[in-house]
Amino acid sequence: MIQRTPFANALTYGVMVFGFLLLIGPFVVIMSGASQTFQQVNAIPFSFLPQDRLLENMSAAWTRASLGTAMLNSFVMASLVTVGKVALSALTAFAIVFFRTPLKGFFFWMVFITLMLPLEVRVVPTYAVAADLFQPVRLLISAVTGFEVSVDWNLLNSYAGLTLPLIATATGTFLYRQFYLTLPDELAEAARMDGSGPIRFFIDMLLPLSRTNMLALTTIMFVYGWNQYLWPLLMVTDPEYKTTMMSLVALLPSDNGTPDWNVTLAGSLIIMLPPLIVVAVLQRWFVRGLVATEK
Amino acid sequence: MDKRAAFRSWWLPSLFALPQIILILLFFYWPAVAVLRWAFTLEPPFGGAAEFVGLANFQEVFADPLYWNSVGVSLAFALCGTLATIFIGLVLALAVDRQLPGSAPFRFLYILPYAIAGPAAGMAFRFILSPERGLMASVNAAFPDFWNPAKYGSHALILVIVVFAWKWAGYTFIFLLAGLQSVPRSLIEAAAMDGCGPIRRAVDIQIPMLAPTLFFLLVIMMTEGFVGADTYGIVARTTDGGPNHGTDVMVYRIVEEAFRGLNYSGASAQSLVLIGLIMVFTFIQFRFIERQVHYK
Repeated sequence: MIQRTPFANALTYGVMVFGFLLLIGPFVVIMSGASQTFQQVNAIPFSFLPQDRLLENMSAAWTRASLGTAMLNSFVMASLVTVGKVALSALTAFAIVFFRTPLKGFFFWMVFITLMLPLEVRVVPTYAVAADLFQPVRLLISAVTGFEVSVDWNLLNSYAGLTLPLIATATGTFLYRQFYLTLPDELAEAARMDGSGPIRFFIDMLLPLSRTNMLALTTIMFVYGWNQYLWPLLMVTDPEYKTTMMSLVALLPSDNGTPDWNVTLAGSLIIMLPPLIVVAVLQRWFVRGLVATEK
Repeated sequence: MDKRAAFRSWWLPSLFALPQIILILLFFYWPAVAVLRWAFTLEPPFGGAAEFVGLANFQEVFADPLYWNSVGVSLAFALCGTLATIFIGLVLALAVDRQLPGSAPFRFLYILPYAIAGPAAGMAFRFILSPERGLMASVNAAFPDFWNPAKYGSHALILVIVVFAWKWAGYTFIFLLAGLQSVPRSLIEAAAMDGCGPIRRAVDIQIPMLAPTLFFLLVIMMTEGFVGADTYGIVARTTDGGPNHGTDVMVYRIVEEAFRGLNYSGASAQSLVLIGLIMVFTFIQFRFIERQVHYK
């Protein structure tokens, strides 16, 4: 700029370094703690120096909390949730934006209102639905026809149960909607003049055009899926379907046991790594997705 | 807004929207109706159909001092967490926006905590800010009993707010930085020509121009603090709502009451109160932010 401002510049650097210590410092503590021995991690004062036991601690944590299965499950869950959200919200937004139908307002508000129903406030009945998926259908049939139907399908302890209730997304739908609305009308007109129907238009024009949006949405939704805590906790009782967030409990030193926080920290480091890598490597897309979905 | 060139069909869009609509009906609306039903009914203790009890569930909830405690805790958590995240994000965004040499990496680094799940962050902070080890142990050695979140509710509340602020500061940072970059460069340069230093420019030009972004973040972060998925996860894995209900935020209480206390009616009544609160926040967000009241 056009000024010399040595004091303000020093202050700016000071602020940035302080922010670094504040926001990245905890990662440093986790990493050095995870690389120390049991005695070192409990030493007072805490030593920020990383030691050489990171891999041993990680493998101890890996077996203690059976992180192998948990990481795999979390990965499957996050991927399924991501794919489901990216696909279904694109379809819904297409229906809302590109068709002249009296139902579009209905679809829009149906999706919009879900913003006001976070999982935490409807957790018990949602669990009840997942535990007995056809309960609504059964009640409806018996109310309309008077027949009692006995079909049972519960989603407990399955990937379907982990993912299906999380796939509906208002933010994703609105992201696509915003993007579709910015496209010029001529695009659809030209496609129609060339004889393309809506499905052709969607596959050949809309999908390639929304590639950046998809990537942005994919990154934020993967992190979202990986970081789910409450829902898997309720859905899963079978250790085979445990996710990483559930193994946090197993990693914690018990109240009267040895406080081997080095292993705990190493384990939580493993669990933090996948979303951290996504955000670090694909940061451009992640940030774009964040800013775009909140408009 | 309507597209001029829309396709004409009623069954095709319905088909496209159907998968998501089914999921929404099954996992959002049906449960929401159940919440509504439970909030006004009570199951008899020895079985039988639920009875309609009017507002009795709400009366019971509102008569419980622990409920009001959780309201207070939630309010403190959301308000302090929001103000802390916005303050940190604002100061950092102002610093990075000056684009001094060497500031590029910081912009990349500040967002990293946002990738971490609330519960995982909470568990790490249990160590980092533990009274017996980690960073606070030396302070406690010098001043005994200075910091103990396992013993004092207020310390525990500070602990969960710290975790929340740590995770979300990068998020507000991104939005505020984006907001700062849309402040016209010419305005800043004109102020600099008139002899305004960087701090004066920040206070008198940049922060007022950020008013819409700040207001938007205030609403978003308050919502997140009250009902965010992270709020539950952080509290559950850091303090378990304790000690002595010191961090018993509203969402935590609802889930606990439902799954540990099996008091569906009470939990549903509390859920309805919270849904009402979210509706207010959502209304504010869309009513006032869509309008974009710009500072002129």
